[in-house]
Amino acid sequence: MSQVVETAEHAKKDATYFLALKELLFQLADDDLLIAFRGSEWLGLAPHVEEDVAYSSITQNTMGHAVMYYNLLEELGIGTADLLAHDRKSEERRNGIYLEKRNGEGNYLDEPYYDWALAVVRNYFYEAFKKIKLEAVANGSYKPLANVARKVLMEHHYHLAHWKLWIKQLGSSSDEAKKRIQGRVKEAWEEFADVLELGKHANDIRSHNLVSIGEEEMKDRWIDEVRTVLVEIPDGSLGKKYGSGRNGDHTQDLEQAVNTLAEVYNSDKTAAW
Amino acid sequence: MNEINRLQEINAVLKTVDDPELPSVSVYDLGMVHDVALNENEVEIKMVPTFAGCPALDFIEIKVKRAVEELEWVQLCRVKFTMEHQWSTDAITEKGKEELKKHGIAPPPENYQPGDEWTLNCPYCNSDYTSMENVFGPTACRSILYCSACKNPFEAMKPVVQPLHLK
Repeated sequence: MSQVVETAEHAKKDATYFLALKELLFQLADDDLLIAFRGSEWLGLAPHVEEDVAYSSITQNTMGHAVMYYNLLEELGIGTADLLAHDRKSEERRNGIYLEKRNGEGNYLDEPYYDWALAVVRNYFYEAFKKIKLEAVANGSYKPLANVARKVLMEHHYHLAHWKLWIKQLGSSSDEAKKRIQGRVKEAWEEFADVLELGKHANDIRSHNLVSIGEEEMKDRWIDEVRTVLVEIPDGSLGKKYGSGRNGDHTQDLEQAVNTLAEVYNSDKTAAW
Repeated sequence: MNEINRLQEINAVLKTVDDPELPSVSVYDLGMVHDVALNENEVEIKMVPTFAGCPALDFIEIKVKRAVEELEWVQLCRVKFTMEHQWSTDAITEKGKEELKKHGIAPPPENYQPGDEWTLNCPYCNSDYTSMENVFGPTACRSILYCSACKNPFEAMKPVVQPLHLK
């Protein structure tokens, strides 16, 4: 089944295709959900008021993108979008581990010592990758998803341009700024590799043409992109220090994120909001 | 009533349903209505979102459904946001552009290419002595600009177009 698949009904007819599609959709949905959640924790705390407007706008839009992928999963009969976002165990989640990482020390309600260098590096790295993955999905075989990817890409360049500007400017700023960015880049280099991967169903995802290029090529393209912006690329290859989120490995930080995110949902799971 | 009259009646209703974030500008004039289909007393409306991540989509869906179901002959109206077609700047009607300006929002620039820097004439005094203050504004689809001629801040709808390599 490598031709275009027009509907959810059609996708369900081939078990391998269905499973590969499900994995890919959870990756896209969970990545956007987690980075948007971490972004929402910055609300009111960004370095200046224009940035607060910009970052919260990007975050809200990114959360909206996550909703669309959960809706596609709902159409496939996997569960309601609300349930999939709020009520899945850690080992069922497919986001890259680096995206669940806490924003820094402290927490939102009590002394949030968040680190802006982490926000800039993480968002730039992720948005650069999101573009590459969505372009592969936009030319992929599942039409309902390809349509969503095309739409998201129309808005996404505003997000990427924003974070690219931040990392470029801090990269040519004071010694402290450079040092802090470089430190977070080095850290990311040890943790980011699973974000770039498609997980244990990578071969099926590619062979069913759900993406038009494989994970190796995505990774190469991503490295080419960040090379154009980073002052210095760390030595050595990219690592996945805490395992692979694509296969359900996660840290305590994910628990903390989901518990906070789902606090209201958990208070009454059957309420109609 | 024949089908053409019925469709006209529905379009007339859609011209009265405002975007919740842009009072006085209808979803019809924003170019969000993609298709209206009739089946006896049932209506199916396909809409396209301006921004996919827009949190107002659910409200818009409900508002459109309720407004159309007010029509006496309509038994059921289904509203569906579709991604099969992509909204673009060109979909805004002339009336929509005028209404946006009255609201202090400049319609998006024409002939925009992704990545271009852009500004627009002031919706109040039409001066081109304006500057971009923040490409991100109060909603996903809007940016914040400033007019140095009449000293007013104003907003603009962000241009969104399909990247050339995906067309």
